[in-house]
Amino acid sequence: MNNHLETNAAMAQARVSTPEAAQRNRRPRRLGDGLWVVAIMALPVLGLIVFYLWPLVRTIILSFSDGSPFIGYHLSGFESWSKVLHDPTLFTSLRNTLVYAVIVLLGVPIAMLIAVLLHQKGLRFRGFYRVLYFLPVVTMPAAVAMVWRYIYNGDFGLLNTFLGWFGIEGRAWVADPHTALVAVAIVGIWTSLGTNLVILAAGLEAIPAEVLEAARLDGAGSGKLFTKVIAPLMSPSVFLLSILSVIGSLQVFDLIFVMLGRTNPALGNTRSIVYFFYEEAFVRSDRPAGAVIALITLIVTGILTLIQFRLQKRWVHYA
Amino acid sequence: MRDNNRPNTTVPNTTVPNTTVPNNNAGASNGTQRRAQRANRTNQTNQTNQTNRTPIRTARVASHIVLALGAFFMVLPFIWQLLTSGKTLREATIVPPVIFPESWQWENFAKFFDQLPVGMLFTNSLASLVVRVIGQVLIASLAAYGLARLKFPGAKIVLGLFLMVLMVPPQMFIIPQYEVIRDLGWLNSVQALALPGIFSSFGMFILYQFMRSLPSELDEAAKLDGANPLQIYARIIMPLCAPAIAAVTIMTSLFAWNDLLWPMVVNTDPNRMTLSVGLATLQGAQSTDIPTLMAGSLLALLPMVIIFLLLQKQFIRGIAMSGSK
Repeated sequence: MNNHLETNAAMAQARVSTPEAAQRNRRPRRLGDGLWVVAIMALPVLGLIVFYLWPLVRTIILSFSDGSPFIGYHLSGFESWSKVLHDPTLFTSLRNTLVYAVIVLLGVPIAMLIAVLLHQKGLRFRGFYRVLYFLPVVTMPAAVAMVWRYIYNGDFGLLNTFLGWFGIEGRAWVADPHTALVAVAIVGIWTSLGTNLVILAAGLEAIPAEVLEAARLDGAGSGKLFTKVIAPLMSPSVFLLSILSVIGSLQVFDLIFVMLGRTNPALGNTRSIVYFFYEEAFVRSDRPAGAVIALITLIVTGILTLIQFRLQKRWVHYA
Repeated sequence: MRDNNRPNTTVPNTTVPNTTVPNNNAGASNGTQRRAQRANRTNQTNQTNQTNRTPIRTARVASHIVLALGAFFMVLPFIWQLLTSGKTLREATIVPPVIFPESWQWENFAKFFDQLPVGMLFTNSLASLVVRVIGQVLIASLAAYGLARLKFPGAKIVLGLFLMVLMVPPQMFIIPQYEVIRDLGWLNSVQALALPGIFSSFGMFILYQFMRSLPSELDEAAKLDGANPLQIYARIIMPLCAPAIAAVTIMTSLFAWNDLLWPMVVNTDPNRMTLSVGLATLQGAQSTDIPTLMAGSLLALLPMVIIFLLLQKQFIRGIAMSGSK
């Protein structure tokens, strides 16, 4: 019944355009809508507050607190901040994470090459290739990390066998502090390639076929076609990709955690910022220190994203 | 690639007749001819001299070589994992390696079941996935509907808060989320695994974008017919959102199945762990039994791989939707 009244009111409002009538009719309708809005939004907003907004505030408060999980926490100023900022592990783990992010970024050109090759018209086996390249995206990092650890094994790993064919001396890639981070980052490239291809494919599909044809008719070879036409037109999606890639890399944890284990001699040179967070907050149960590390992660992520947005003017072309 | 014989007018590829394929390779098989035609179409110009077609065909062959080589390296770890899961420990650690196991060792899988309560871990993973996916789709679609289709004061602020949460690194929430779950007395439970993920902004964002693109006449017409907002949501908007719901379902399933940090923090009881956490704990002491590790990790990633192979298009669209913010 209420709905009919509402509908009638709406129709009356549409017909009668005197201001008084409109005002008289609008009020009950808005109230009815308001109740529906509350009914629909209550649960999502409650969850948002309990599991995201309150935690945000709580983490900030924790970072300025002192205490333990058992006796509780009280505000104490910058103690935890100064403790974490004086911990050399913070800087090595930040450095490791940045190096990891940069190496994984090198996967973008590889993805671009594959994406352009896959995009060719009338290419055979395209669906087949896509499935194979996409496979690592859907596989559990904890599981593939084990496989890669085996491949990288210094005594009987597949990689050393392969290098042996070329007379290259192998090593224990993941246990060696010099190579562990690069070894993990290569797995990072491998797992992200499929996602990168999908995002780049969307960018490639957005290039009008006429543009490509016009360039070809003007005598552009495939090399020139790529550097002068495709690459600039794809730059917005490459930009998006680099933003997502860096943000994702800053979150690296599973691969390092499972590939290295907790006692690996190379851990110092591989420990990521999230790994450090996990150790402080949940292994040593130093929640305030964990909160500080979380905030530092937030700040670093923000700065890196900002830098990328600044740099984009130099190389991203918006059509 | 410069084509001097190019005619002044381009002929649209649909009208290129068969005769443009020169007859001087009359002995060529049907397949070769078709390939030549395809190469012609690719170029979108009607070339008539052989010298121009050859580099195109070589380029195509070269692309296939690069693509196939790349694809081989992408799947090599999985092939190696599969082969090793059937080997004896000796076969797995011998140098130089043997490719195929002499006889398939099923007991590697049995040993994995001995080392971990696999059935329990699998159930935990699956239960938390189902709860999380259903909860996330429901909560996210309600929020998205409210924000995209209903007008209310403060809607912009609420939307802004949802989006802000999406941009903040997850570590910012984890410690207090853990405290909330602990205070609710839910550590080591399925709801602990699923809960924060149910309220994630991720699904809201995808559904919001999708719902905003639907014409507003839909709601208005339904409203005139006497439908209330919840009816419009359930009967009109949600059915139209099927592609977005599929994307959210797939991505949330992936997150839930593969997640490590949150389940590790919140469910420490060995019987309450997820499969991924169970695997990670194996990495410690008994990590020398490689065939068993390969068998276990294979079993852990297989369900998602099978679902992916069945629903390739939806997976790829899911990534595309969540990637192209």
